[in-house]
Amino acid sequence: MQDKKNKIDKNKKLLLGNAAVARGLYEAGCVFVSSYPGTPSTEITEEAANYDEIYAEWAPNEKVAFEAAFGASVAGGRSFAGMKHVGLNVAADPLFTSAYTGVNAGFVIGVADDPSMHSSQNEQDSRHYAIAAKIPMLEPSDSEECLEYTKRAFELSEKFDTPVILKLTTRISHSQSLVTISEREEVGIREYKKNESKYIMRPANAIKRHPIVEQKLKDLEDYAASNSELNRIEYGDKSIGIITAGSSYAYAKDVYGDKASYLKLGMVYPLSEKLIKEFASQVDELYVIEELDPIIETYCKALGLKVKGKDLLPVIGEYSQELIKSKLLGIEPEFSSVDATIPVRPPVMCAGCPHRGTFYVLKKLGLTVMGDIGCYTLGTQIDTTLCMGASVSMLHGFNKVRPETASKCVGVIGDSTFMHSGITGLIDIIYNNSFSTLLVLDNSITGMTGHQQNPCTGLTLKNLPAKAISIEEICRACGVENVETVDPNNITEFEKLLKAELSKDKPSVIILKRPCALLKSVKKEDYVSVDSDLCSSCRACMRIGCPCISFETGKAVVDASQCIGCGLCMKMCKFGAMKLNKRGKV
Amino acid sequence: MTKNILICGVGGQGSLLASRILGQVAISQGWDTKVSEVHGMSQRGGSVVTYVKYSDTGKVASPVICRGEADVIISFEQLETARWLPFLKKDGKIVTSTQKIYPMPVISGNAVYPESLIEKIRENGNVVVECNAVDIAKALGNVKVANVVLIGLYAKHSGFDKEIFLEAVRECVPEKFLELNLKAFEAGYNA
Ligand SMILES: Cc1ncc(C[n+]2csc(CCOP(=O)(O)OP(=O)(O)O)c2C)c(N)n1
Repeated sequence: MQDKKNKIDKNKKLLLGNAAVARGLYEAGCVFVSSYPGTPSTEITEEAANYDEIYAEWAPNEKVAFEAAFGASVAGGRSFAGMKHVGLNVAADPLFTSAYTGVNAGFVIGVADDPSMHSSQNEQDSRHYAIAAKIPMLEPSDSEECLEYTKRAFELSEKFDTPVILKLTTRISHSQSLVTISEREEVGIREYKKNESKYIMRPANAIKRHPIVEQKLKDLEDYAASNSELNRIEYGDKSIGIITAGSSYAYAKDVYGDKASYLKLGMVYPLSEKLIKEFASQVDELYVIEELDPIIETYCKALGLKVKGKDLLPVIGEYSQELIKSKLLGIEPEFSSVDATIPVRPPVMCAGCPHRGTFYVLKKLGLTVMGDIGCYTLGTQIDTTLCMGASVSMLHGFNKVRPETASKCVGVIGDSTFMHSGITGLIDIIYNNSFSTLLVLDNSITGMTGHQQNPCTGLTLKNLPAKAISIEEICRACGVENVETVDPNNITEFEKLLKAELSKDKPSVIILKRPCALLKSVKKEDYVSVDSDLCSSCRACMRIGCPCISFETGKAVVDASQCIGCGLCMKMCKFGAMKLNKRGKV
Repeated sequence: MTKNILICGVGGQGSLLASRILGQVAISQGWDTKVSEVHGMSQRGGSVVTYVKYSDTGKVASPVICRGEADVIISFEQLETARWLPFLKKDGKIVTSTQKIYPMPVISGNAVYPESLIEKIRENGNVVVECNAVDIAKALGNVKVANVVLIGLYAKHSGFDKEIFLEAVRECVPEKFLELNLKAFEAGYNA
């Protein structure tokens, strides 16, 4: 045992891809991080916040995060902005023009795609942004590369005077693998010099900057060809040559091992014509294995190369070794299964979730609900989910076209999402004389992504006290006259209030305030039990869809270990069968 | 040789800690290791799966485990054992808790929870080791340590020295909860 232990390198750590990126930020001397949470990117910023040397914050949205980090770069500090793939849509405006201005100190944007949509509303491929915005993009294939490429991205950013995008995917962000850590390199703060032609992108200046951007891309392509660490050729059997990047590289290696040769791309934009042609000339048959869109493949085809790729492999969903084996080699796995129908287990609102009361009332009143993105997307009553903030603006448009149903239509949006992009929609409602009723579901945390602080919670990312921005005051400042606050578990009061606000021909906002049941500050002292003699098996308590309640015995049973005693089920029971109990000390 | 361990359960059952302990066991041997986790949406009471892969000879390439590839399935819940069974190798082993958690379609009466799943899996010819990890954890005073109970049960059948596992538990569990978790491990080991 002991001698084995000595063999283990102290500097080797098993790190999540996201934690390795954070380590890379630390080692690269990054001083400023501004991000907005989003699975699978969130832990980069949470981990970065653990380093005292890095100032790290949650911004209200990705555009703000991007611009803040860009400002830090212009000021001379190495900076980073992290987001999920759809977050880059929000930050796209500054992204495109930052290619023109370039940077002062290194500026890296971390973006995490979610093929197979484990936790997302679409599976867009972020590589399109690199191409469209003319910004170089690196893509690591394990945690070690997450750390290395993060450091490399800062070097490239400064060397070529451009922002650099670090692209991850769920599998890379959320897999742990071994990483060698080293010391932080303090790079200091660069001098800031006013430079109008570089930083003021009015037409006259931008016209001069565009050719510089094009030249940089050419220089970067040369760099891609010459840098054999970043874009690496591994020759094995030359009958098959595989061009690949990111997690696809790992899957391909798993299937082909050294029975193929690989061009493993670390820089996925710009691509190097020279390198790809050189590799292609050495192998008999060329494959491109890349998740989602055929970007490398299309490039190869434009070079006149014969490649196999999306004719055999899907443009939808994550890849795996099984998929590659099946599609490219025709090998299907052998496995056993149970002779039984296995019911699905979809995610549900947690026991005690404050959104439950809200949705009970919305369903009871049969309302049309413009939904948004957050834990409340799990609410069964919603009609739409498009993107963050859309509930508010869609409600406005919906009601303008169908004014006759406006009293039967609401929007629901969470506190973090309201701060992210709900406010501008509310301004649209007020400015354009709408009459919509908006519900802000304020559970005092960013729930869906795993409990991040936000501008309403009174704490920063580093857990320092902050001014808690009042949703109510914002609504009033936007010109909403009817702003009410109610506890969503008080369903009688909420229903009454909602009916009253819906009947008004002026805009209203109802703030449903009750903290997320998973917060540590929420006491779990009570639980509900059922008196089975009183239970009539009417299943009225089931209407709230609580995962604690079951009918295994024909009578209602509450799982006391999950129940937090929110008491909503008791309000459903007309027979008084459900009682609140105090939990003994555990 | 690469060894593949699949851990499955329901969001909130603590499969992250379990996979981290197993990962720690492997790296303590100086082996290349990958652990693939699930965060986000499916944590909300959905079906969750994590993968632990290590190799005592070379590198682990893919971080995921596909159908027919797992040497071991460690499962916190019966229905999930059955759901992930296709991921097991023909001669793979199962370590499962006998706990049942009804999914929403069963609770709402739109589906039924299948009967005698573990017996059926045994009939398939797979080795199944089981215990009621939740009852054991409850007896120790905290249902949350059911995950470590199950790790204890697995440890017994893993072929590793018990001490290697204990060391990994010490490495992964915060000081405050260590004593309880070590008890949970022992209880699972002796179950
Ligand atoms: C542009 C964009 N950024 C980030 C996300 C990830 N995301 C999904 S929901 C959510 C926040 C939800 O918080 P909140 O609105 O407070 O609702 P809760 O989940 O707490 O109910 C985030 C950040 C996203 N889907 N889109």
